Amino acid sequence: MKRIGDGTGTRLGLITLAVILTTLFLVIPLAGIFYQAFAEGLAPFWQNLTSNFTREAIGLTLLIALMTVPVNLIFGIFLAWLVTRFTFPGRRILQTLIDIPFAVSPVVAGLLYLLLYGRTGWLGSILSEQDVQLMFAWPGMVLVTIFVTCPFVARELIPLMQAQGSAEEEAGVTLGASGWMLFRRITLPNIRWALVYGVILTNARAIGEFGAVSVVSGSIRGETINLPLQVELLYQDYNTVGAFTSAALLAALAIVTLMIKALLEWHTHRREKTA
Amino acid sequence: MSISVTGVSRRFGNTTALHPLSLEIAKGEMVGLLGPSGSGKTTLLRIIAGLETPNSGSIHFGDRDVTHVHVRKRRVGFVFQHYALFRHMSVFENVAFGLRARPSSERLSNAEIHDRVHHLLERVRLEALAKRLPAQLSGGQQQRVALARALAVEPEVLLLDEPFGALDAKVRLELRRWLRHLHEEFNFTSVFVTHDQEEALELSDRVVVMSNGRIEQIDTPQTLYRAPANRFVFSFLGETNRFAGEYREGRLHRDQAWIQLDKAGAPTSEVLLRPHELILTTAPDARAHLPVTVDAVSPVGSDVRIELTADWMDTPWLASITHHDFDRLRPERGGAFFVIPARWHQFAPENA
Repeated sequence: MKRIGDGTGTRLGLITLAVILTTLFLVIPLAGIFYQAFAEGLAPFWQNLTSNFTREAIGLTLLIALMTVPVNLIFGIFLAWLVTRFTFPGRRILQTLIDIPFAVSPVVAGLLYLLLYGRTGWLGSILSEQDVQLMFAWPGMVLVTIFVTCPFVARELIPLMQAQGSAEEEAGVTLGASGWMLFRRITLPNIRWALVYGVILTNARAIGEFGAVSVVSGSIRGETINLPLQVELLYQDYNTVGAFTSAALLAALAIVTLMIKALLEWHTHRREKTA
Repeated sequence: MSISVTGVSRRFGNTTALHPLSLEIAKGEMVGLLGPSGSGKTTLLRIIAGLETPNSGSIHFGDRDVTHVHVRKRRVGFVFQHYALFRHMSVFENVAFGLRARPSSERLSNAEIHDRVHHLLERVRLEALAKRLPAQLSGGQQQRVALARALAVEPEVLLLDEPFGALDAKVRLELRRWLRHLHEEFNFTSVFVTHDQEEALELSDRVVVMSNGRIEQIDTPQTLYRAPANRFVFSFLGETNRFAGEYREGRLHRDQAWIQLDKAGAPTSEVLLRPHELILTTAPDARAHLPVTVDAVSPVGSDVRIELTADWMDTPWLASITHHDFDRLRPERGGAFFVIPARWHQFAPENA
């Protein structure tokens, strides 16, 4: 049977358009990154990859991700639980507030943190009396990354937990299960795939975050430069191969993340089919 | 275990779900909470279970005041409307959940849990499906798993929220009978919620009819059907035909139509009649003058159901006559007849 708009011409036209756009905007730039990274051969690439600064940038990037993901994982579960399992005044406002980090430009978020926690800032002046420095140091970078990525896990969980409802948990509690047992044996297994998905997204964003981090980093080489900042720094130093080496590394991480995500989606899909 | 509900009320924001009400349920009794949606029956059930907290009043199980006892410790079996099976656990694990949830001092060994669960699954005839996931079962099978799961912890009180609401008619009938047997065998006290009057009347020892957060009547099914306390109970328990008119000298008039009422009875402006209380004839007599036209005939079932219309009706009437009368009268669509009421019911006007 023929559907509306299903002419050979329309179909071919749309497919061609999609292929051209994908090639122009996705495939060529991505290939370009790897091409530039290897433009002067394998040796300069390897040299840049193993330089101290790059190694430290990788280390910092991983540190930020490693601290951000668990914090937002726990925060996201609590938030989703609160919003979907309880009714209280201000619940809808809270649900809107969750999206603020998405709505606000990361640079603005960075600036806010700088104003608040900087040496002369409102909270920062108190902290600096205690000899604690957050801004222009890695803890500040972790803080803003947590802010920017905090909606991902909650956003994945809320619609799912709303759809599933609380009947299974109620059934569990009538059977005598404790709060922890309810969470571990009923809630967690029901949301685990959404949770993994949220973690992947949080992780991807934590690794790639540039805007907010660049405001609070202070660009101290070997100390507060993560991979995205390293790309910009090297590029401005006219070290094209170096910049693209780091960029290629980020792109590779992104591709790996997407592959894990696709694998998970395929897995869930198959599970739903057999269930 | 007996259940006493004393002066329990519940508000949700500005709406009152339950006005203060009291209810006594004897040990081993099976009680149906019957009412339309929004009547507060589910709220009452959830308060008994402890899933909802009342704004006032108390709940006792036997002598034990459980008003402030957490659901977890009330030891009630609760069967949810849509079963609420644990979707990622096998049938076996679903049923075993309550046994595994016990504090370690009371917990059974794995072998004992295994035996108990298999015994229960045998009782609900689902042994062969122990390894399946809930999504792989039919609605009736899921409901049986839900029951087995609730019974695994040997509750003395079993609460069921619209237990058969989502099932088709045939499965529903079978499960009803089966629940009745389980009830007799395990001897627990059960309370179930339903909006289906047939289900309530068939299953319950006593039925609690509710509307708008109030109890309208508590009685055995027979008393309830024969002597409904008010107009609401009467009309909720079955098909109702209404004759409204003006009362003059023992007769209720509406245009050309009239019904002769008891001379001794109180004046009224309305009488209600059940479909089986209507006699279809070819001529009026001293009891009534009610000309009607046949609008539809449905000869399926033990009685023939006939839809009647007339100018003096607000809404069409429904009469059910025996096949014998049907063969004698041969009513057809458009045919003109007279109705003689064999019985009628009149209630004090509702001022709620």
